[in-house]
Amino acid sequence: MSFPDAARVELDKAQQRRNLRKATTTIRAKRAAVVAEVPDWEPLRDEGARVKDEALHDLATHLERLEVAVTAAGGTVHWARDAAEANALVARLTRAAGSDEIIKVKSMATDEIGLNAALAAEGITAHETDLAELIVALAGDRPSHILVPAIHRNRAEIRDLFEAELGETGLSTDPAALTAAARRHLRERFLRVKVGVSGANFAVAETGTVCVVESEGNGRMCTTLPDTLITVMGIEKVIPRHADLATMLTLLPRSSTGERMNPYTSLWTGVTPGDGPRDFHLILLDNGRTATLADPVGRDALRCIRCSACLNSCPVYERAGGHAYGNTYPGPIGAILAPQLAELRDHTALPWASSLCGACYEVCPVKIDIPTILVHLRSRVVREQGAPPSERLAMEAMARVFASRRRYEAAQRGARLAGLAAHLPGPLRTWSGVREPPQAPRRTFRDWWRSR
Amino acid sequence: MAQPLSAARQEILARIRAATTDVTSISIHHGRKLTARPGDPGLLAQRVADYRATVTRTDDVAGAIAALLAEHGARRVAAPPGLPADWLAAIPEAVRDEPPLAHAELAALDGVVTGCAHAIAETGTITLDGGPGQGRRALTLLPDLHVCVVRADQVLADVPDSIAALGDTTRPVTFVSGPSATSDIELERVEGVHGPRRLAVVLAA
Repeated sequence: MSFPDAARVELDKAQQRRNLRKATTTIRAKRAAVVAEVPDWEPLRDEGARVKDEALHDLATHLERLEVAVTAAGGTVHWARDAAEANALVARLTRAAGSDEIIKVKSMATDEIGLNAALAAEGITAHETDLAELIVALAGDRPSHILVPAIHRNRAEIRDLFEAELGETGLSTDPAALTAAARRHLRERFLRVKVGVSGANFAVAETGTVCVVESEGNGRMCTTLPDTLITVMGIEKVIPRHADLATMLTLLPRSSTGERMNPYTSLWTGVTPGDGPRDFHLILLDNGRTATLADPVGRDALRCIRCSACLNSCPVYERAGGHAYGNTYPGPIGAILAPQLAELRDHTALPWASSLCGACYEVCPVKIDIPTILVHLRSRVVREQGAPPSERLAMEAMARVFASRRRYEAAQRGARLAGLAAHLPGPLRTWSGVREPPQAPRRTFRDWWRSR
Repeated sequence: MAQPLSAARQEILARIRAATTDVTSISIHHGRKLTARPGDPGLLAQRVADYRATVTRTDDVAGAIAALLAEHGARRVAAPPGLPADWLAAIPEAVRDEPPLAHAELAALDGVVTGCAHAIAETGTITLDGGPGQGRRALTLLPDLHVCVVRADQVLADVPDSIAALGDTTRPVTFVSGPSATSDIELERVEGVHGPRRLAVVLAA
C-alpha cells in the first residue's frame, strides 16, 4: 500500500492519533529543554555531521580499520551483502553455539533484515527483550516509532495482551505493574539463553569498540550474560576515533529521549576474559547502503544515528503514524532512507510524504538536510520512473497556459466563471482529493491595472 | 595480519570504492582535544537525583553504605574484588565474586556495593570500567539494588571529559545514568525494568 492509501487508514485510528500527539509533543518539549542546556549545540551538530562524513567519505578504510581492531581484540568480523546473507550468518553462528534460541536487544538493522522471521524459518526462536518490542511481537504487530515502537497501543490493550500471552492473571493496567510482569517473564530468559543478538549505535574504527545506547537494561543483559554475542551493524555506523564518542554521546540522548544521558550506555571491545561473552561476532551489513552511498546528495541520509527527533518534529508523522510509511524506518528519515536502501520504484510515494516544512532538518543532530534530499528523490522518481500521465498532462497544459498572455488571461476568466473545480474527475482526483482549490478573485490584477 | 577471505567482504569494499569515486578530498577533522576537567559534586548530586536515584553526601562512607543497605532491607550483598575493607565491613553478609558467582546466584542477591571509574556532573552519570572495587559487568546488573560510591575527586565535568579520562581503554565500559527505566507504555516513565531497580549513590566528601 502506498503512503497516501496507508495514511488514510491510519488517520482514522483515534487512539493512535491521541497517543502520537501526546508522545511527540512530550518528547519535543523534553528535547528542547535539554538541548537548550548545551551552549555550543549548533557547533556540536556540525561536529556530528563531520564525524559521520569523515567515515562515510572514506568508508572502506574505516571498515578495514574496524575489522583489524575487532579481530585483534578477540572478536570475529563477518560481512553480509544483503539481508539473506546476514540472517544466514546469525542462524549459522547460533547453531554453532549449540543454541536454538537467542535473546535480542531492540535494533533497527535486525528489523530491517527481518531477522526474527528468518530465524523462525530455521527453527530458531528469537526473544525480543525491549518492552515495546515484546509488546509488538506478542501482538503480531509492527513497530510504529523508532524509539517507542508500541506507542500506538494503550495500557488496557497491553494488559489484555500480557494476560493472554504471558500467562499472567489479575494484572492491573498500571504501567509499573505491566513493566514488572515483563521483567518476571524476561528474567528467566536472560539467565538461560546462551546467544545474544544486538545492533550497534556506533563502532569505533581505531579501537574496535562497539557502543549500544539503551534505557531498560535489556541491552546490558543481552550483551553481557550470554556466552556468544552477535552484533549486526549497518556499515554506516562506523566512526573514526574514540574521541568522537564524546560528540555522539552528547548529541544522541538529548536528541532522542530528551535526556541528558540515557540510563545505560555500554561499550565493549572484542572479548574481555572474565567479563561478558566468550565469543563476539560483528556482522557488517550492506543491504542497500553502498547504493545509497553512490548518490552524492542522498548519501547524507547515512549519517543518521536513529535518534527519531525528526519523527517527533514532523507534522505528517504526528498525524499519520509510523505504519503509514510501510517500512522499518518511519517519519522524515524513513521517507529518504527507505527509497534508497530498497528500490526507489518500490517507494515512489514516500518522497512526497512531507510538506517540506524543514522542522526535521532543524532538529537533526547530524544535520541531514532532509527536505533537500526529499526534493532530490522526487526528481529522481520522476526521472527514473516517469511522472504519472495525469500529472504530466496537467503540467504540460499548465506550461502552455503560462507561455502565452492570451491563454493565461483566458484561463483566469475561465477560473473566475467556473470557480476552480473542487473535485476533478477521474485520475485527476488524486490531485484534487487532497488539496483545497484557491478562491479565484472576482477581479484579477490585470483587469484592475487596465481599468486605472 | 591475514584478512579473512570472503566474497561478500571483497564485493562490499569494491561497491564502496565505486560509490565514492566522486569524493576527491576527505575532510579529516582532528577530533576535539579532550581533557578530563574536574566537575562540581553539587551539580552531580542534583543531576543524579533528577533520575530519581538517591544521593547521600557524607564523609562517613561506610556508615552511609550500612544505612542504605538497612533501609532497603539488603543483607546478602555482592562485593567486587578490590572493594575497600571498611566498605566491605559495612555489608551485613558480603558475598565475594571470587571465584565468579553464577548468574543465577548474582540474581538472587539483595544488592551490590561498588566504587566507580569516575562520575559526570553535567549528566549525573556514573562511569564503570571494571577497575578495582567495580567488578565485572554482570555484578552491577543482576542484583536489584546498586549502591555506588563516588569520591569528590572522581567527579568530572561532562561527557567529553569522561571519554578523555577513559582514553583508548579496551575494557568494557558502562555509563549508568539513574536506575533502568522505560517509557514504552503510553510514555509514562517507570523506573526499574531489567537492571537494578534502585540506584543509591554515595558521594564522599
